[in-house]
Amino acid sequence: MPSFFPARQVQLALAAVAFALPPASVAAAAPQVHTVVIDKMKFGTLTSVVRAGDTIVWINKDVLKHSATARDKSFNVDLPPKTSGKTVITHSGTIAFYCLYHPGMKGSLTVTR
Amino acid sequence: MVNKLVFCGVSALLLFSSSAIAHETSALNDAEIAHIAYTAGQLDLDAGKEALAKSNNKEVRSFAQTMVRDHAAVNDQALALVKKLGVTPQANATSEALTNKAREKARELSKLKGEAFDRAYVQNEVAFHRTVNDALSSTLIPGAHNAELKSLLETGLTLFQEHQEHAEQLAKNLR
Repeated sequence: MPSFFPARQVQLALAAVAFALPPASVAAAAPQVHTVVIDKMKFGTLTSVVRAGDTIVWINKDVLKHSATARDKSFNVDLPPKTSGKTVITHSGTIAFYCLYHPGMKGSLTVTR
Repeated sequence: MVNKLVFCGVSALLLFSSSAIAHETSALNDAEIAHIAYTAGQLDLDAGKEALAKSNNKEVRSFAQTMVRDHAAVNDQALALVKKLGVTPQANATSEALTNKAREKARELSKLKGEAFDRAYVQNEVAFHRTVNDALSSTLIPGAHNAELKSLLETGLTLFQEHQEHAEQLAKNLR
């Protein structure tokens, strides 16, 4: 008896279901929030793994205005004294960043996929 | 205030022989150190305002805005600290020498325009911060007795070292 659905259509349908319902391991990599503290003219270091799509919260503890500005222009957040700001990391790789107002303040993010 | 103290010490160093300065600054008390820091910060803040009034160079203006903003912030912090400590900043030969030196430089800069002004302003910023940083490291920080004042001076030194590097880079760009 011929199948109601041709074999190829069934395969495509299964593939679509698989795509719509990612395995648990992918779900575990949901976007995370990381914190970088700026204190006494220095960017703090990040010890956790950063993935594309994650958010960085920048906390400026200084009485001075700072910024967190990516060299590749992928993010730029102004940080008035004693405030915080956030940026979403859009791509993987090593992203160098600095403070627009104090170019001697530098750091880098290593972002995995 | 810390910044200002440092600046004053630096100016004093420039005006007098190193041995005379070392002798004089070694006797500074915290009230005098506070006055030097405040004075130095105010002098650089004034120089920044003058640069904003005269310069059309985007990088120079951005630097001057940072100087005005940073020194105002540190001076506010210094004033809050001396108020908390019940200390009245005390005028002294070092802060007076710093002021006189800055006025002399301001007169020189007032005669310049355009790129000549930009270069002279930035070169003076390099020299001023270098002098202040040397004074902070060698005299003012070691000489401060109060721990909070010492900490503020140390934070000021970190900031001023960055200002100096920034000014040095800017000076290269203006050549």
